[in-house]
Amino acid sequence: MMTEIKSEYDVVVIGAGHNGLACAASLAKTGRKVIVIEALDSPGGACATTEFYEKFSVSSCAQWLYQLNDSVVSQMSLEQHGFELSARNIPTTVLCESGDHLTVFSDRLEGAGVSDKDKAAFKSFTKQMLKFCDVLSKAFKRRPPNLVDRSFGDVMALLGLGMKIKMLGKTDMRDLMRLGLINIYDVMEENFDNDLLKAAISLDSVMGSHMGPRSPNTVFGYLYRHMGDIYGYGRPGVSVVRGGMGQLGQSMAKAAKAMGVDIELNASVDRISIDLDKVMGVVLKDGRELRAGIVVSSADPKTTFEKFVGLANLETDTLRRVKNVRMKGDAAKLHIALDGLPNFMGLAESRLGDRLLIAPNMEYIEKAFNPSKYGKFSTSPIMDISIPSIHDSGLAPEGKHVLSAIVQYAPYDLEGGWEAGKQPFQNLLIDCLSQYYPGLKHQILSAELLTPVDIEERYLIHGGHWHHGEISLDQILMMRPFPGVSQYSTPVDGLYLSGAGTHPGGGVLGLAGLNTAKEIISQKKNRTG
Amino acid sequence: MVPYGGGVTFMQNGDYFGNHTDHERHHRELARHSKRDADAYHRYEADVMKQTRIIRPFLMRTPPDPTSFKPRDIRELIAMAKAFSGMGEVGLADTMRFWTMSIGDFLEEYFESDVVKAHLAGSGIIGTALGVYSPGTAYVLLHHYMGDVDGSIGSWGLARGGMGAVSNALAGAFKSFGGTVQCDAEVAQVIVKNGKAAGVALINGDEIYSRIVVSNLDPKRTFLKIMDEGDLPKDLVRKAKNFKIRGSSGKLNIALDGLPTFNGLPEDSPLCLGEKHFIDSLPRMERAYDDWKSGTWSKDPYVDMLIPTQVDPTMAPPGKHMMSVFVQYAPPMIDGREWTSEDRDAFGKTVIDQISSYSPNFKDLILHCEVRSPQDIENEVGLTEGNIFMGELTFDQLLFNRPFPGYAQYRVPPVKGMYMCGSGTHPGGGVMAAPGANAAREILMDLKRTSLVPEGYDDD
Amino acid sequence: MIPHNESMMLHTPFHSRCAAACEVNLWEDWKGYTTPQVFTEVDMEYFAVRNSTGVFDLSPMTKYRITGPDSEAFINKLITRDIRKLAVDRVSYVLWCDGEGKVMDDGTIFRLSEDDYRLCCYTRALDWLMWTAEGFEVTVKEETADVAALAVQGPTSCAVFKALGFVGIELLKPFGMSRFKFSGSQVMVSRTGFTGDLGYEVWVEPSLAESFWDALFDAGKPHGIRAIGSSALDMLRIEAGFLQAGVDFIPADETIRAGRSRSPFELGLGWMVSFDKPVFNGRRALLRERAQGSRYAFVYLDVEGNKPAEHAFVYHGDQEVGTITSAAWCPTTKTNIAFAQVDAKFGRPGQSLVAEIYYERELKWTRVMAQCKVTKGALFSPDRRRQTPAPNF
Repeated sequence: MMTEIKSEYDVVVIGAGHNGLACAASLAKTGRKVIVIEALDSPGGACATTEFYEKFSVSSCAQWLYQLNDSVVSQMSLEQHGFELSARNIPTTVLCESGDHLTVFSDRLEGAGVSDKDKAAFKSFTKQMLKFCDVLSKAFKRRPPNLVDRSFGDVMALLGLGMKIKMLGKTDMRDLMRLGLINIYDVMEENFDNDLLKAAISLDSVMGSHMGPRSPNTVFGYLYRHMGDIYGYGRPGVSVVRGGMGQLGQSMAKAAKAMGVDIELNASVDRISIDLDKVMGVVLKDGRELRAGIVVSSADPKTTFEKFVGLANLETDTLRRVKNVRMKGDAAKLHIALDGLPNFMGLAESRLGDRLLIAPNMEYIEKAFNPSKYGKFSTSPIMDISIPSIHDSGLAPEGKHVLSAIVQYAPYDLEGGWEAGKQPFQNLLIDCLSQYYPGLKHQILSAELLTPVDIEERYLIHGGHWHHGEISLDQILMMRPFPGVSQYSTPVDGLYLSGAGTHPGGGVLGLAGLNTAKEIISQKKNRTG
Repeated sequence: MVPYGGGVTFMQNGDYFGNHTDHERHHRELARHSKRDADAYHRYEADVMKQTRIIRPFLMRTPPDPTSFKPRDIRELIAMAKAFSGMGEVGLADTMRFWTMSIGDFLEEYFESDVVKAHLAGSGIIGTALGVYSPGTAYVLLHHYMGDVDGSIGSWGLARGGMGAVSNALAGAFKSFGGTVQCDAEVAQVIVKNGKAAGVALINGDEIYSRIVVSNLDPKRTFLKIMDEGDLPKDLVRKAKNFKIRGSSGKLNIALDGLPTFNGLPEDSPLCLGEKHFIDSLPRMERAYDDWKSGTWSKDPYVDMLIPTQVDPTMAPPGKHMMSVFVQYAPPMIDGREWTSEDRDAFGKTVIDQISSYSPNFKDLILHCEVRSPQDIENEVGLTEGNIFMGELTFDQLLFNRPFPGYAQYRVPPVKGMYMCGSGTHPGGGVMAAPGANAAREILMDLKRTSLVPEGYDDD
Repeated sequence: MIPHNESMMLHTPFHSRCAAACEVNLWEDWKGYTTPQVFTEVDMEYFAVRNSTGVFDLSPMTKYRITGPDSEAFINKLITRDIRKLAVDRVSYVLWCDGEGKVMDDGTIFRLSEDDYRLCCYTRALDWLMWTAEGFEVTVKEETADVAALAVQGPTSCAVFKALGFVGIELLKPFGMSRFKFSGSQVMVSRTGFTGDLGYEVWVEPSLAESFWDALFDAGKPHGIRAIGSSALDMLRIEAGFLQAGVDFIPADETIRAGRSRSPFELGLGWMVSFDKPVFNGRRALLRERAQGSRYAFVYLDVEGNKPAEHAFVYHGDQEVGTITSAAWCPTTKTNIAFAQVDAKFGRPGQSLVAEIYYERELKWTRVMAQCKVTKGALFSPDRRRQTPAPNF
């Protein structure tokens, strides 16, 4: 086998997902020579657009944009590289079988006979949540501070965070102490009467996680998701990207290239080469070796350590922690090519571009969650539906439409396996959708279901978990991905983690990538200075 | 106090897991189910002990108020921070993980055997309206480990003559110091005058005046039942309404004509003396919780059963026995309505069936069976929803959050002279009496009297 | 379903013979096994090993069998020494650490063939071994009950084996092992031990245990053979300078309080750490410690007087600088030996310290402030321990 040794790179970044690209671009800005290795044939990772049926395209993994950090867009000048939103501040409409739906705007409610009391309560609830998000966002834009072996920066960050919390005032601070640990179900019961409203907020709290509304700590899930309302591009609320999420990946790749980053697609990593506990570079499946003193993996922690580093090369304490990271996906993705404009019962055409939810009440969500604990899919699933072609006609032929939905709960470890379970689950999903959208079956040209196993295979994410690891209180901050490896550096000198599996976590944020770059730059400074 | 030996979890395949108190027998029994688990147990034990040791010194201390700038609160917070930083960076992160994890996930990190996990998980859910996969239940486990009986951490015992003996002893001690206990005297109302506690009015119309009133009732009863909303800040009333105090357990007291035998367990095994459980996997336990969530009692319940007459013969005639059965889960309401006597019977039958599938002669020995739903417990003992801990032991209701943030120092500001001392306050439920001791210390401090109440633990 | 085992104590394969020989009926619990503390008299048993031959039943030692193509790589990740240097039919004293570089246990590894090893140790480590085996093609099996073992130690031990017909045993080098025919089967003999004397350990299948014991004692009769219990063994190992897990250090994963575990450097076993090999557990932490210095030192003390300094505090002037972990009056070297953990800066040979010893005579406690000196190494190390061919006595 021919082995070409290239050592002209300072940094090799594994994975051209948004975090990998954001990290690569940041590092290139400091004059480092950076190459990004991507196994897939297009950049973006889970920010992907796929033509799943002739002339029908869809954001085939992530579908909404609501958390992408402003500074990623500005630092990379993404707008100059083809990144554009086709709609922003999209309201959420929770569907009701009776047709009396509730629309949740970022600042108000409409429909479903929602009471004035709920309307007022919603305002104060979102206001308080936003305050909490503001506090937490301070902790998101930097590495998690060390609490014991504190550096000066850690002390300053902790003081800053402490001040922020103190400035909330006693009442809010006390609420935060309690709410941060509680479940969303109780908070909803305390605040609201309307079932659809309670369900809409609960769904935000459990989407992408292995939890139900009654699981403790789910309020954190809500705060996490709404952090985008503090720093997200296009805030408040959710947006869709013109051309699908893949366009974000493309524009980030273009921007990175313009900043001097080399990107190699269709290049799979075989292993990260290591000399004792120092990284030497990356060996590709085609036998080539890229040498570099720094390797940044934006792959998830299990893929990075189990596949690329090899458990044999990790000390037992570390490998045990790698093995114990919980990251089994529960979310599946449904794509449908539609022969015409969809027609949901009781839903005005003007609302078709909304984020549509199927989650009529909290018990429904909780019952959807229950079977997933035992390796079974939900018999009454929850759905987070997007019809992006309403905002972006380029995604489907004229007069036709694309429906994309995130559906839960579809446990990665399905009893009996997904090979057998996939078709029954897809049928069940279409039946479930049909209850709200009776004409659906006549309009389906093609449908595609991506189970967590498909997502794992297609996007190379262990467990098909979109956060690269559960976002629950025991796997955040200095516990993400696991204690001892929470500040992007790893026990292998020169190897850094920068994917969604690291602080602050998954969703299309780009912060993990930026924070990793900051860490690499500051460590270099510390060494030379 | 009389110690009792170990415990057993019976399995559906006819086998059992015995939790021997002797170290070597325990190891051998674990190894019978999994050699690897047997060797993992010392790591589990050490890790749980680390967590117990960090939290124990705070049991007999008043929690600091993190929102306060008072020197005492700041001093206590710094002491707390110091104790925690002694664990090191990774140790501290592990502690934070432990507090926020589910008992199920925690145990998965140590053990492979279903029955071993199920046996150990019981402590994470008893008295708690959470399932073994609910985050926060690992901490509840700690709550069952950190007590001590005669100074030995984590050991359990039976009070000779039943739990009533503990109450009688406490009352006797109180009287010996000059206190008076008045029974059959239900309080209707706490009298508050000019923002100060002035005494209590009884339902028989009597009034007892005092400038200090200490409520040993749970926070809901204290603030929503025997205190007037007008005397309390709105914020406090809201917090009391939102306080989580959930009925999740039922109880059966059964009089037996003799000692029942159990599948696979030799009659002379020391394990017979211990507590018995009849659920052998985490998913079965979680399903029991799913039933509770949907407003009914568990159809395959988690049972914590004991026959105290085996070690304490004072509780039944010679040759007869008394069986105490603690059942998890039973909801405070059935599908949103009150329990009916049919419900109670059906609930009792479910539990008896569960036990008799592992004990062939059990049913024939039953002389009398008393079934207690959470509602019955509430009506009899006055615990809201029959919650044995006077409030869920989740982290949003622990330490400076217990019972509610801002009210964790046993006082009821701004009502002067009004205090709380029940399990609804820090450090929470279980027959511990630490909340009472902590409250006494605070009251004596307010009275500017010397306090002889011990503070903290010298835990080595 | 595995049958329930309701017996309170386990018996080793030699139990019937031990029970017959245990005249004073002093037993103890060793990992669930009933084992003799003393057979007849501690001094007689001690002198059997220093003077003729003593036999100790070490069957309860935890034993693991490690096989598979990656077994060498696996063991090299587990332990701190470089196992690649261990030839087939050789034995090595090893220790292993957790990720913080603190000692979890020590033991011996026998290389039975290219990819077949036996690990004998103090703790029950299956969980740690299984975790460590992740990523390796290796099988780890506990075989404690499948192998019966006797330590046969003392100046005449070689002669006993020769009398038993183990031809060529005198050529066995220290830490070597060899197989000998016995009763139509085979026993394995290694030249290893825990007494610091000339001696061997015998590994036999449990079914042969009793007949082997009988043959051994028959052959040994003219050579002064005698069964010994744990009390005598403790004196012997202290005299020879051997650490005992659980006594001289606490296995790292069993410590609860911060700072109670010890690194190899802190146990005077730094020579067993080889950084010149692939990643092993504790490597990073130990590199750091080597660069920054250790907090504690493990020392041998020569204590004045004849009162064993068990559990004594160790002082330097007024300052408390450590504690004693093991101590014994050793009759052969005629010294009062103690092992101590002291602050690193007081660990140099020649350092003078003071041990605060308490002893009781007829309910009266006496306190002695005994002068002691840090010695260079263990005091007892006779030539016969190393000589090959083994000398005849």
